[in-house]
Amino acid sequence: MSRELVNVKNLTVAFGDSTVVHDVSFTVHAGECVALVGESGSGKSVTARSLVGLTGANSAVTADTLEIDGRDALTLTTREWRRLRGGFAGLVLQDALVSLDPLRSIGAEIREVLRTHHVVPRRAELERAIELLASVGIPQPELRVAQYAHQLSGGLRQRALIASALAADPALVIADEPTTALDVTVQKQIIQLLAARLDDGKGVLLISHDLAVVADIADRVIVMKNGRVVEEGETNAVLGDPRHEYTRQLLAAIPSAGSRGTYLSRATGSAVTTQRVPLPTREVSADRVILSATGLHKTFASAKRGNELHAVNDVSFELARGEVLGIVGESGSGKSTVANIVLGLTKPDAGEVRIDGEPWTTLAEGQRRPVRSRLQFISQDPLSSFDPRWTVQRVIAESTIVLGLTPSEARDRAAWLLGRVGLDTALLTRHPRTLSGGQRQRVSIARALAPEPQIIVCDEPASALDVSVQAQVLDLLAEIQADRGTSLLFVSHDLGVVHHVSDRVLVLKDGRVVESGQVDDVFYRPQADYTKQLLASLPTAVSAA
Amino acid sequence: MTDLLEKRDTDAAPASSTPVASLARRKRRRVTASVVVAGVFVAVLLTAVVVPQLFTAVDPFATVPADGLKAPSAEHWFGTDRLGRDIFSRVIHGARYSILIGLSATAIAVIAGSIFGLIAGLSGRLIPGRLGLLVDETFGRLFDVISSSPGVLLAMVVVTFAGPGVQNIAVAIGIASIPMYGRVVRSQTLLVTRADFVTHAAIYGRSRARVVVEHVLPNVLVAIPVLAAIDVGASILAVSGLSFLGLGPQAPIPEWGVMLAESRDVLRIAWWGGFFPGLFITASVIALTVLGRALQRHIDGRNA
Repeated sequence: MSRELVNVKNLTVAFGDSTVVHDVSFTVHAGECVALVGESGSGKSVTARSLVGLTGANSAVTADTLEIDGRDALTLTTREWRRLRGGFAGLVLQDALVSLDPLRSIGAEIREVLRTHHVVPRRAELERAIELLASVGIPQPELRVAQYAHQLSGGLRQRALIASALAADPALVIADEPTTALDVTVQKQIIQLLAARLDDGKGVLLISHDLAVVADIADRVIVMKNGRVVEEGETNAVLGDPRHEYTRQLLAAIPSAGSRGTYLSRATGSAVTTQRVPLPTREVSADRVILSATGLHKTFASAKRGNELHAVNDVSFELARGEVLGIVGESGSGKSTVANIVLGLTKPDAGEVRIDGEPWTTLAEGQRRPVRSRLQFISQDPLSSFDPRWTVQRVIAESTIVLGLTPSEARDRAAWLLGRVGLDTALLTRHPRTLSGGQRQRVSIARALAPEPQIIVCDEPASALDVSVQAQVLDLLAEIQADRGTSLLFVSHDLGVVHHVSDRVLVLKDGRVVESGQVDDVFYRPQADYTKQLLASLPTAVSAA
Repeated sequence: MTDLLEKRDTDAAPASSTPVASLARRKRRRVTASVVVAGVFVAVLLTAVVVPQLFTAVDPFATVPADGLKAPSAEHWFGTDRLGRDIFSRVIHGARYSILIGLSATAIAVIAGSIFGLIAGLSGRLIPGRLGLLVDETFGRLFDVISSSPGVLLAMVVVTFAGPGVQNIAVAIGIASIPMYGRVVRSQTLLVTRADFVTHAAIYGRSRARVVVEHVLPNVLVAIPVLAAIDVGASILAVSGLSFLGLGPQAPIPEWGVMLAESRDVLRIAWWGGFFPGLFITASVIALTVLGRALQRHIDGRNA
């Protein structure tokens, strides 16, 4: 067996009276990737942070054994912890934008690590920083080294953060959701980067809720729930034939081609032999076109003088009654601009959107207002779409005002809708910020349903949610759609989700439609090179199930 | 203001139930001794503003030349001034002028600043084309001009033109504070009008006027009370300062700044003439600032 980097026996972490990690034991060896899997609140991040002594002043960390690099970490002084962080263990956090200092160039960020751990002489620091940026696949590293976090794209930022974590060549990299906010092609690059570390004989502790990513890289998986380990073992064994009910639920909740037409949140069995419950059937009236977009164009003035960004370039599509049209693309592909044009929030430079054959985008806002309720919107971040001072009831009632209900009717309707989305009516008087992420997205679905719309535009409606909560939200949308015959325009960067929910799909790149058609045709027999490339970037092991 | 800052926090609910958060909440709830003392003092002051007779039956204007410049005693708690007027009575009655002028100045600044800030913030969004930007720019430059000279200096210029007096001094000090509120309201307006919930309201078919009244105004104005509470103290100080220079209420009105000015000549032999009004000015400013900060902490804590 290779060198033991981390040896944890019965780790318990408590904040005051509440214990968030119970008796967790694991080891990480050199050349090995161990993945901690679980939902928000499962204690996986706290477990990882206890390995670098960053659980915070209010925490009490106890363990039978907590050995890091062969040393007893329970007795480390602050000074020794500091040497360990960055030197022996590099930490990569999820949100690169807040993890990088906005007032320092990424070069300065990396040089700080180099200097702290005396990696290279001062004169060689800049050169080394450029080498590191190049090694994590950042193009033009000589240029990038002088840039600041806000000048970089999300993928580049995440890679810069990884470069700073790797600067002192740590034996162990702790990566907390390193790819969660990223497009699939960038995600693939990050995973390859981490895999290269493993080949060099370094260890990786990966924290993720994305089982597909885990399946791609991890040697061993530890599944956590409510601060306890519920299952652990070799990746193939755990994901291929899960023993614990919770692991099975997690696996079944991953939307994919195989889950089409079935409930995500009610499946049992293993990844191979999943017993799925079919969703209620949905009627698509292909001849009844409810929304049509023809030749949409939109150009934005770019920050650089004289440059224009052609965000949407000749996009046309139709949406039938009861149909789900998926729009996929990476960040910057123009998919959100298309959604905004359909919603009548952005005026297209050319082309038009018609609803039910009647003009829509060519109308003035004043004429559009009375018929606005036909079209509703569910956004990625429900909390910011609620007035912070308003209660749930008022939030839902706002969208029904056009119906001209009396206050008591509006209240009854809000209560009924909450029941419809599976929430307790006691939540009516609560403020949305006191709700969980899943509850908030349900409230936002209830609000979108309130005026009985014909079309709902969903912009990444489940991207910010845990996989099991995402499963519930997607199931709810499917049920409601079957019930009401609502058409959905479903915008997402998550190919699995789009494959699960959509009838037809539109693939966007740089504002153009590169491919469109029935979802199975596009995903199984892609014609365009870009679609092929997107699909090839998908983590494969689990999504094939 | 903080409402908008927390929108990235998608999991506030589970987070707020952690012991760390509840500990922090408990800390925030704790009312400190300084807040209690400040609160009692301000309550006494406000009572003195409304019914000064409650504290003293002595007429603040009654002169008894024979009793001039008496040191503090059981009979005259704060002593007497050159004309034999009871300083305690004058300080108590003077609260009415100092506090009320300070409050009026703040009110003028809040109202004018909010209106200007709203117009500036909304014009860029609601008035199409260059005109909207022009309106916004105009208010922006106006705020720059006002705040380019020190507030007290500006107030002195205004009083020089309008003449000294109670109303004029309130207006003068109010004008100097307009940019502070105007800028905050403008930037809040820009933030709120770009917020997702405003977009959503438009999707529900709400008219612009309704969106402004229901969403923009309330969310913009939440920032104002805290700002105003902290600023009242500064206004009172400015009032006393201008009065001291003879630009405010005129003798024999017992305004604190006026009293300070009157006592200046005899300060060597009768320290109490300047000490007690000065003490009340200082204590009022500190107490109001302490309360303002406490209010700010309370509101920040509630929204965090």
